[in-house]
Amino acid sequence: MTDRTEAPAVPADVVVPPVDEQGRVERAATATARPRLGGRLSEVRNLGLVGVLVILAVVGIATTDGQFLTRSNILNILVSASIIGVVTVGMTFVIIGGGIDLSVGALVALASVWATTLATQDYGPVVMVICALLVGMGAGLVNGVLIAYGRLVPFIVTLAMLVSARGLAQSLSDRRTQLVTADSINQIATTDVLGIPLLVYLFAAVIAVGWVVLNRTTFGRRTFAVGGNPEAARLAGIDVRRHSALLYVISGLCCGIAAIMIMARTTTGSSTHGDLYELDAIAAVIIGGTLLTGGRGTLIGSILGVVVFTTITNLFVLNNLPTEVQNIAKGLIIVAAVLLQRRGRAAAP
Amino acid sequence: MDALLTVRGVVKEFPGVRALDGVDLEVAPGEVHCLLGQNGAGKSTLIKVLSGAHRADEGEIHWQGAPVSFGTPVAALRAGLATIYQELDLVAGLSVAENVFLGHEPATLGFSRRGAMNEAATALLARLGHPDIRATREVGSLSAAGQQVVSMARALSHHARLIVMDEPSAVLDSGEVANLFRVIRQLTADGVAVVYISHRLDEIREIGDRVTVLKDGRTVAVGLPARTTPTAEVVRLMTGRTVEYAFPRAAAAPAGGAEILRVEGLTRPGEFADVSFTVHSGEIVGLAGLVGSGRSEIVETVYGARKAAAGEVVVDGKRLRPGSVPAAIRAGLGLAPEERKSQGLLLHEPVYRNVSVSSLGRFSRGGFVLSGPELAAAAAVAEQLDVRPADPRRLVRALSGGNQQKVVLARWLLRGCRLLILDEPTRGVDVGARTEIYRLVRSLADSGVGVLMVSSEIPEVLGLSDRVLVIREGRVVHTGPAGEIDESGVLDLVMEGAVA
Repeated sequence: MTDRTEAPAVPADVVVPPVDEQGRVERAATATARPRLGGRLSEVRNLGLVGVLVILAVVGIATTDGQFLTRSNILNILVSASIIGVVTVGMTFVIIGGGIDLSVGALVALASVWATTLATQDYGPVVMVICALLVGMGAGLVNGVLIAYGRLVPFIVTLAMLVSARGLAQSLSDRRTQLVTADSINQIATTDVLGIPLLVYLFAAVIAVGWVVLNRTTFGRRTFAVGGNPEAARLAGIDVRRHSALLYVISGLCCGIAAIMIMARTTTGSSTHGDLYELDAIAAVIIGGTLLTGGRGTLIGSILGVVVFTTITNLFVLNNLPTEVQNIAKGLIIVAAVLLQRRGRAAAP
Repeated sequence: MDALLTVRGVVKEFPGVRALDGVDLEVAPGEVHCLLGQNGAGKSTLIKVLSGAHRADEGEIHWQGAPVSFGTPVAALRAGLATIYQELDLVAGLSVAENVFLGHEPATLGFSRRGAMNEAATALLARLGHPDIRATREVGSLSAAGQQVVSMARALSHHARLIVMDEPSAVLDSGEVANLFRVIRQLTADGVAVVYISHRLDEIREIGDRVTVLKDGRTVAVGLPARTTPTAEVVRLMTGRTVEYAFPRAAAAPAGGAEILRVEGLTRPGEFADVSFTVHSGEIVGLAGLVGSGRSEIVETVYGARKAAAGEVVVDGKRLRPGSVPAAIRAGLGLAPEERKSQGLLLHEPVYRNVSVSSLGRFSRGGFVLSGPELAAAAAVAEQLDVRPADPRRLVRALSGGNQQKVVLARWLLRGCRLLILDEPTRGVDVGARTEIYRLVRSLADSGVGVLMVSSEIPEVLGLSDRVLVIREGRVVHTGPAGEIDESGVLDLVMEGAVA
């Protein structure tokens, strides 16, 4: 690693310049101005999403005749959120790191198809899982290398990957839905532990690992630096290219995990899986308060974003409302969330 | 003479801060009125109030004898008061003429009259003494100086009677500054008044008629004669101190430490060729040269941010892998880059993370950041350098230029580097903080660090360095002790053969 070398201590005899009168005035004037507003801003934003969730819950309780606030319905929401949620974790890393990944939906499809071809299924469930993860990470690596080392625009590279990965999925599967024969894969979706579906545990585990990596490791720190100011990060000694490439590998890995989950849930691998996941994931990241330009954001915000979207869908289903109206509502929520964020930013210095 | 603009008792408050607290200003037609003050004294706020971007809370503004309150920048522009900001507000992809007439294009029934527009723009550029800038040229292809001229032409196209210029010389080298002054004289000869903001006192002596000094949001002196007021007096007004601003001398023992850096035959075609020099422990080596002479490219190549085509960089006897910043940092190099905001700082992040970013390895175990020790160590270095405000969790973008520069220096102090490279260490830094930075750099050198410095300001290079390298057109044309050459000597070397 670049900075493992033992650095000499800070020179002890550096002169501390005297504080003059002017300085004290300046300090007094600015210290009282806005203490740590920046630090709290993201929390406030997340609080806004929690507020949205509360409103949605109230609406749910009021309109669904007691159906909304049942244990099975809540678990239902969490299970529906789990697959797109895992994809969103990867997307959050990429967007905070200053990129975008349009290929996630297609990668979920490709990984699910590749892991369920007759040839792969012959090797058994463990190989199927490894295959899905490797396909996701491999495609992510291709994205990352083209973007970081080939200096191509993320939007274009991942758009190309979207098209070609879905095409590859179609040709591998001959556009047919491939049934998963291994029971142990299907059991991922049917097993409950302590009354909670395994899919929800998987979702929680991915969130937990993602949160720790983003907030507690040097890798996470550097992700914010690379996204916020790549040139400054480079001059500060961060290997920006390798880091950016790795972010796409993480996104691909998340797609591989999501592919396994979707295979379990539908008992199939199909080139139509993950359709428009890229839009749902990006929307969730944005309403979660992450800057689309990178450098700032929270994983919890993105997850709340996913849960908000899933809850809306759930409410519409419970009330037997058409999906068209549901999509309009989602669109409005995206715009409202971004407007809210802009007000939050205007208040910041 | 009747005043063109009179400002009396203007107050502007932002939540928690009284940015302007009783400002007076009087500008006569055809004069160059200089506005002086440290960063944070309220200059920028005052400009924004004048230009209509902010509204004053109290006080009055009279424009050509009548009380006014410009609600928007457009209203101010229509009245004849134009502002040229530091970050030029030009559209890079449009032509010079299109930029000049942006928003008020000559048109018939909505169809723009391109020919008429180009002619009018050409006339304005000629009036500014720049017939060399073609009206059809794309603005993005012009130098910073050229773009400034376009901004001025735009102001003139609105029949401006007063042009406010916010640190116009900050991005220019000395030849371009001379040219800027020629343009300003052209303007004032036509009766246009200029409010000129700069940190450089020598410029104010040269171009200014009168000086108004701001301190802590208040006017502390109005309409001083620019040429005859003693520097000590101006500095005292700005800082509330009577100390003459001075360069710290080297410690008693002259620099004669071990060689830290040796550069041999370093070449990048089109940028610089065959550059060789050394830096010793405890020594400050200054690179003097015009913008575009290759000096920034040279130090960036030493640092590995650019890859040399030929030649080598040797640190402590070991050859550096070319084109690798991590390798340079491992070898003990550190860089405070030229463009602090775009190259140096993580603006979204707090001060302590900007300080610790290059030392994260030391504050982590198995990839996990130990945030307690990290914060404590970063805060200690920031405090040692007297970064203000003292809260290390504050967002770095809320700091003044001088304090931001200290944050960058703190980064390398924390890392503990052997050779510090400073590219324009005092750009956008006010006079008070400059002295602190000079002292800091000198004390670093005294502690055994080698310093390689680039600056556009020749007095700074001469005053701070032990040894000076003069760069012209990508070549080292002079090397010698700083004491053996004076400002005009360096200027001669730098300008020789350059088109005036």
